[in-house]
Amino acid sequence: MIAKTGIERAEYRNIWVIAELKSGEIHPVTHELIGAARGLADARNSEVWTVLIGAGASAGSGSLFAYGADTVIVVDDPRLNGFQDELEAKVLVRLIKKYKPEVVLCGATTRGRALIPRVAVAANCGLTADCTGLSIDPETGDLLQTRPAFGGNILATIRCPNHRPQMATVRPRVMKALEPDASRRGRIIRESILDMDTGKGKKIIEIFKSRETALNLSDAQIIVAGGRGMKGPEGFKLLKELASKVGGAVGASRAAVDAGWIPYAHQVGQTGQTVQAKLYIACGISGQIQHLVGMQSCETIVAIDKDPDTTMMQMADIAIIGDILEIIPEIISELDKL
Amino acid sequence: MKLVVCIKQVPASNDAKIDPETKRIIREGQKAIMNPFDTYALEEGVRLKEKYGGEVIALSMGLPKAEAVLREAISAGADRGILLSDRAFGGSDTWATSYALAKAIEKIGDVDLVICGKQAIDGDTAQVGPGIASHLDWMQATYVMAVDGIEADTVIVKRMHEDSYDVCELRLPAVLTVVKDINTPRVPTLKGRLAAQKSEIPVWKPEDIGADPDKLGLNGSPTRVVKTQPPEPRHIDTLRIEGAPRECARALVRELKRRGLV
Ligand SMILES: Cc1cc2nc3c(=O)[nH]c(=O)nc-3n(C[C@H](O)[C@H](O)[C@H](O)COP(=O)(O)OP(=O)(O)OC[C@H]3O[C@@H](n4cnc5c(N)ncnc54)[C@H](O)[C@@H]3O)c2cc1C
Ligand SMILES: Nc1ncnc2c1ncn2[C@@H]1O[C@H](COP(=O)(O)O)[C@@H](O)[C@H]1O
Repeated sequence: MIAKTGIERAEYRNIWVIAELKSGEIHPVTHELIGAARGLADARNSEVWTVLIGAGASAGSGSLFAYGADTVIVVDDPRLNGFQDELEAKVLVRLIKKYKPEVVLCGATTRGRALIPRVAVAANCGLTADCTGLSIDPETGDLLQTRPAFGGNILATIRCPNHRPQMATVRPRVMKALEPDASRRGRIIRESILDMDTGKGKKIIEIFKSRETALNLSDAQIIVAGGRGMKGPEGFKLLKELASKVGGAVGASRAAVDAGWIPYAHQVGQTGQTVQAKLYIACGISGQIQHLVGMQSCETIVAIDKDPDTTMMQMADIAIIGDILEIIPEIISELDKL
Repeated sequence: MKLVVCIKQVPASNDAKIDPETKRIIREGQKAIMNPFDTYALEEGVRLKEKYGGEVIALSMGLPKAEAVLREAISAGADRGILLSDRAFGGSDTWATSYALAKAIEKIGDVDLVICGKQAIDGDTAQVGPGIASHLDWMQATYVMAVDGIEADTVIVKRMHEDSYDVCELRLPAVLTVVKDINTPRVPTLKGRLAAQKSEIPVWKPEDIGADPDKLGLNGSPTRVVKTQPPEPRHIDTLRIEGAPRECARALVRELKRRGLV
C-alpha cells in the first residue's frame, strides 16, 4: 500500500514472517527468519508475528514461539491443502490489510518465490528477492535490504520508502535461527476463511517425493561438485561415493552436465542452482564466472585440480594440486578410517 | 490457442569482467543475449502451438535493441514479436515491469497462456511471472517442468519443488514459469531466420497499452536502489597441498577435521 507520509507509515507495525510447512513440519527457513525478525522488531520496539497457513496448520505453531515469535496467526482450512498459491496469496493480502505489518519476510523457496510476488503486486508494495542482509532504521522503520545482483558481482541495497509493508525473501540458511527456548509462550490468533469467496482453486492431482529434484541441492550443507576434469560418468560415481561418505550432495559444472555425465538437476551456477553450503569441494572445475556465481558464497571452498592456476584454485580456502581421479579414492579411504 | 512468451534481453555475462579500479562490471561492448531461461519458455510455447494449434507471440520490454531477441524468437518458431519500449518504462522494478507486461497481454487480447522463464539472469528475482499473474488475477504455476495436457479451459502441469513434484490442474487463462528441464530448445532454421528478418516488430508505448503512467518506470516502482557496491572479497589464505595422492588426501581430511567440517 502507498504510505507517503510518516503518519501513514506509522499505522504499520510489527515484523511478520510467513511460515512454510514442509510435509507438515515447519521448514527451517521459517525459524531462521524469525531469528532475523527478532532483531528488527527489537530495534523498532515492536513484535515478531508469524503467519501459518495450510490445512492442518494448527499443529505446527508451538516451535514458532520457542524460536522467538510473539504472536502467531493460524489459518487452518481444508481448502488450503497442497500448494494453492492463488488462494494463499488472497488470504495473505487480507491479513496484511487487516493487521498492517511494517515488514513481511518469507523464505526464498519454490513456494515463497511463487507466493510472495503475487502478494506484493496485489498489496501494492515493493519486494526484494534473495536478501543476504537486512537492517532497519530504528526511527523511520525503513528496511535496508541487501541483495546480490548481476550474478553476485554487485551487492545492491534497496529501500521502499513510500510503501508499506516492506517485503523481502531470504534464502534458506542465510539468516541464523536463535537457540529455541521451549518455555517461551505467545499469543495465537485464529483467522478463518469461511466467509471468503475462494472460487474454484487449483486442483492438486498428485504429489510425489523425490530427492533428485534440481532444487534440493540448494539445501545441502556439504556439496561435492565435479567438472570437465572428472573425465566421464565414472568420475561422477566416485563423487557420489565421496558425497555419501560425508553426508553431502553432488553438484556439477555445466560442462559436465552438457557432456551428459550427470543430470541437469545437479548443475550449479548461473543457469543451474545457487548453493550456500558450509563446504564445497570443487573437483576439476576451472571456476568460470557462470559457475562461481552459483557457489561463491559457500563458507569453505576446497578445489582439487591438476592446474594450480585456475580461478577456482586461486579463490579456494584449500587447494589441492594433483589428479582428482587418483586423489578421490584416497580421500574416501582416509574418511573410512575416521 | 493464443500463447504469449515473455522474453527479456540480458547482458551476456560469459565475458563479464570487473574493473579493478571501480569494482564495477565492465559493460562497454558487452553482448546482450536472450535470457537463457526464456529459451525454454519459447520452445514450450512453440511446442504447444504445434500440438494444439494457434499462435505464439514473443513479448519483451526493454531498450530498442531488445528487438534482436524478438527476431531470434521468431527464428526459433514464434509467429510475431511485440516490443514495449519507451522512456516511461525505464527504471521499472518487478512490480512495474509485470504491470506493463500484463497491460500488453490485455491489449493483445484473448490470450490463453503466458509462459515466462524461471528467472532472468541479471536481476535473478523470479518475480515477474507471478507478478503478471497477480496483475491479471489469473492462475499461475511456477517452476513448471512439464505441461502434461491442455483441454478446453484447463492446463495440467508438473511443478518442481525442493524435495518433491506435484501435478496440478489450472484454469485458463494462466501464467506459467518454466525450468530448464522442460525441454531442449531447437536450433533456428533457415526459414525461421528469413521470417525473422522480414518480420515487422511493432513498438508499443504506454498509451498503446492503456497504462497508467503513475504505475510505470521509477514512478511505479516501490523499490529504490540506494547503493551498489562490490561484494566483500573473500579473505583467503589459500592452503596449498601438493604431493602424492595419498599424502594430499591425508592432509585434506586432517584439515577438514580440524575445521569441524567432517
Ligand atoms: C549463458 C551461460 C550460462 C552458463 N551457466 C552455467 C552454469 O549455470 N553453471 C556452470 O557451471 N557453467 C555455466 N556456464 C558455462 C561456463 O562458462 C563454463 O563453461 C563451465 O562452468 C566450465 O565447466 P568446468 O569448470 O567443468 O570445465 P573447464 O573449464 O574445462 O575446467 C575443467 C578443469 O578440470 C581440470 N582437470 C582436468 N583433468 C583433471 C584431472 N585428471 N585431475 C585434476 N584436474 C583436472 C582442468 O585443469 C580444468 O581446470 C554458462 C555459460 C553461459 C554462456
Ligand atoms: N523486461 C522484460 N520483458 C519481457 N519479459 C520479462 C522482462 N522481465 C522479466 N521477464 C520475464 O519474467 C521472467 C522472470 O524474470 P525476473 O523476475 O526478472 O527474474 C523472465 O524469465 C521473463 O520471462
